[in-house]
Amino acid sequence: MSIMVVLWSVGALLATSVLAVAMTGRIAASRIVYALCCGVCLLLLGAGVTHLGAVAETAALPLGLPWVGAHFRLDALSAFFLTVINLTGAAASFYAIGYGAHEQHPSRVLPFFPAFLAGMNLVIVADDAFSFLVAWEFMSLSSWALVLAHHHVAENRRAGFVYLTMASFGTLALLMAFGLIAAPSGYAFAAIRAATHSPWKPGLVLALTLLGAGSKAGLVPLHIWLPLAHPAAPSHVSALMSGVMTKVAVYGFVRIVFDLLGPPAWWWSLVVLSLGGVTAVMGVLYALMQHDLKRLLAYHSVENIGIIFIGLGLALAFEAYAMPSAAALSLTAGLLHVFNHSVFKSLLFFGAGAVLTSTGERDMEHLGGLIHRMPQTAFAFLVGCIAISALPPFNGFVSEWLTFQAILLSPQLSSWGLKFLVPAVGGLLALSAALAAACFVKAFGVTFLGRPRSEAAERGRETDRFSLAAMFVFAALCLVAGIAPGLFIDALAPVVKSLVGDRMPAQLGIEWLSIVPIAESRSSYNGLLVFVFIVFSALVAAQIIHRFGSHALRRGPAWDCGYPDPSPATQYTASSFAQPIRRILGGVAFGARERVDMPAPGDARAARLDITIRDRAWDVLYTPIARGVEFGADQLNQLHFLTIRGYLSLVFVALVGLLFVVAAWP
Amino acid sequence: MGNLSFDIAHLFAGGLVLVSFMLLYQDRMSGLINIFTLHAVVLSLSVGWQAYTQRAWHLFVTAAIALIFKALIIPLSLRRIMVRLRIHRTVEIIGGVGVTMLVGIGLVALSMVVMLRATAAADPLAREDLAFALSVVLLGLLMMVTRRNAVSQVIGFMSLENGLILAAAGAKGMPLVVEISVAFSVLIAFIVIGVFLFRIRERFDTVDVHQLDQFRGEYR
Repeated sequence: MSIMVVLWSVGALLATSVLAVAMTGRIAASRIVYALCCGVCLLLLGAGVTHLGAVAETAALPLGLPWVGAHFRLDALSAFFLTVINLTGAAASFYAIGYGAHEQHPSRVLPFFPAFLAGMNLVIVADDAFSFLVAWEFMSLSSWALVLAHHHVAENRRAGFVYLTMASFGTLALLMAFGLIAAPSGYAFAAIRAATHSPWKPGLVLALTLLGAGSKAGLVPLHIWLPLAHPAAPSHVSALMSGVMTKVAVYGFVRIVFDLLGPPAWWWSLVVLSLGGVTAVMGVLYALMQHDLKRLLAYHSVENIGIIFIGLGLALAFEAYAMPSAAALSLTAGLLHVFNHSVFKSLLFFGAGAVLTSTGERDMEHLGGLIHRMPQTAFAFLVGCIAISALPPFNGFVSEWLTFQAILLSPQLSSWGLKFLVPAVGGLLALSAALAAACFVKAFGVTFLGRPRSEAAERGRETDRFSLAAMFVFAALCLVAGIAPGLFIDALAPVVKSLVGDRMPAQLGIEWLSIVPIAESRSSYNGLLVFVFIVFSALVAAQIIHRFGSHALRRGPAWDCGYPDPSPATQYTASSFAQPIRRILGGVAFGARERVDMPAPGDARAARLDITIRDRAWDVLYTPIARGVEFGADQLNQLHFLTIRGYLSLVFVALVGLLFVVAAWP
Repeated sequence: MGNLSFDIAHLFAGGLVLVSFMLLYQDRMSGLINIFTLHAVVLSLSVGWQAYTQRAWHLFVTAAIALIFKALIIPLSLRRIMVRLRIHRTVEIIGGVGVTMLVGIGLVALSMVVMLRATAAADPLAREDLAFALSVVLLGLLMMVTRRNAVSQVIGFMSLENGLILAAAGAKGMPLVVEISVAFSVLIAFIVIGVFLFRIRERFDTVDVHQLDQFRGEYR
């Protein structure tokens, strides 16, 4: 029943796409399309939530390959990701009812938005490799069209090109992965699950899956398209791409590695954990260096993907050493972070979109003081910042804390390699959490606090009520998931049980909403207690100050070291905030260069300080690849100018070569 | 099938390969055409013998087509073309005859290995036939690669096609339609190539493909 609801809803989304094309030019088109998307997403959300613990359902449609058809299946894992996708999908559509009014070319966004949603939902329910890859590619292409919505900007065209290249590469890797694990009886997931693989295959498939799903999710060094594509797309699309599409990639990874590949080898976790740790730290370091609000958020998605992959890697490690309860804890942590990140990252992108429409600026160095002009947006954005910085009592803390609990179980692993690696990864995780907090102090402080740094920031006004409603619902969700995490952990239990064969202990029975991952004697966390304490102590402090200090609300000049300066340019800037870290790690991690251009004495021109930051992945990996491709193309170019005998010889040599292969084949 | 008939079929097919080798090193234009005529005659003999041993009377038609078209019409018209092009006394320069022959021997060995293994289940006559046919095809291709003169490339192409006919005749139950169409396609290719030869000659005063490459300025 649920699977049919899902398939019909996907059909409805595609129909909405067609409707959007038909309504091109109408003023009401934007509202109608987004309202329809929102409704369908809510329906899908309902299907996902109600199906979380239910039995798997299958359906087959006579589409796709002839005589094979397309198979679809809705099990616990799909239901969970369906929930994640459509929660954000509904919120983003609702947000866009207001935000979409600012779109200059709605006809470039409206048809692709429902198609993008449909593509993501199809990936989740696909039950054979063919439909999975078709849906995956459909999702990639529709989001590529959305990235190119503002294609008149050269930067966006480049972003679109890089994104398309990476997406095609990822699909190619997944295609080869599925080709390797295909069962003799076909490409249906059920057949793949039942098949036995020769021993060298699963490792290769893991590598290909890491390349394919990792390039979509944004694992370092495959992350390069995210910081380009997310700022290019409209904000509600960025929220979907960053909050949800990267999660679809995580789904692809979990589906192939945990579900289809069979029992893991111990070294898989080494690879996944190292990649996750490096991704988490590099992501947040790059985020710290960014001044573009949306690019900062994009790099932060990279960090959070790293955290999720750390959870998945731990689950692989524990599963390989037959510790199902610990594996269940790690996998729960990873999947809970999938949910949490989709919530607060979408919230933050909504906020960035509100700032963008109100001021026309994404560059933080031109913002500032927006808390006075957009107080409600600022409040919601602050909640998102706290949540993503993993501070209690919000939801980000819970999943990262659970990940740490899993890391603390690592001494029980019997492999020495993992015994050394996992604490190191824990250190990286702690580092990235601390740097994330610094990063969001910068993001919130420079954007919303202080004085406006430009006229645009001074003219900013509060955003519309649809956008605000979407933001506040998600802010509330951050708090609820932080205070009552047991609810979400228990909801994840059937998902985890289906993948690693065990589940975390039931949390809902524990009094006062505490969560106990392993045993009461080891550790427990109570978000409600922290929340009550924070509210209570804040109220008491405010009361004491107002009782014994002054009743009056006084607005005075900010402290300025005794040199009052009227220019807002003298404020602490985003780049000055990042300077200490740039000085420490800049040379190694970013190839950072600072160049001071000081005028000679007597010269009246201004001094300049130029800072260049490079993404090392480009230098180390992509530039050589691009050069290699160019060189190869140059060499092959000569084939266009061979003589007739040259071409004949090529044919001849190819034929003889093939005959040799046939002759030498055992 | 008697031992003798197998041996005779073997003799004809092997003879075709031998004539292919003769084509490889022949550098005189008129001699080349004579040998090509011989090639076609041996082919029609071979096909005729197949027709007799297989009791497949339609193969006689194929043999007749091969004899009439390839041993009479095409050589005669090639000779006319050569006379009109005034290249009938030309001696073509072929580099490295010894190496070419060695490569040819290697190709025959290769096709034996491939074919005898690939057709292990087939009847011995067809096996040998297919192996010889593949050798003839490869030798024709080798000839096209090593020659510079457009006319000898055309002859190489047609000897390659003879190999195809040999293969078609050796496989039992091949319908006549296929053979006729193959013959006609070769005839058409021959006409087209002939027309082109004259056009090339009109434009460049030579049928040496080498000169064409130089004209393009791309020759290395």
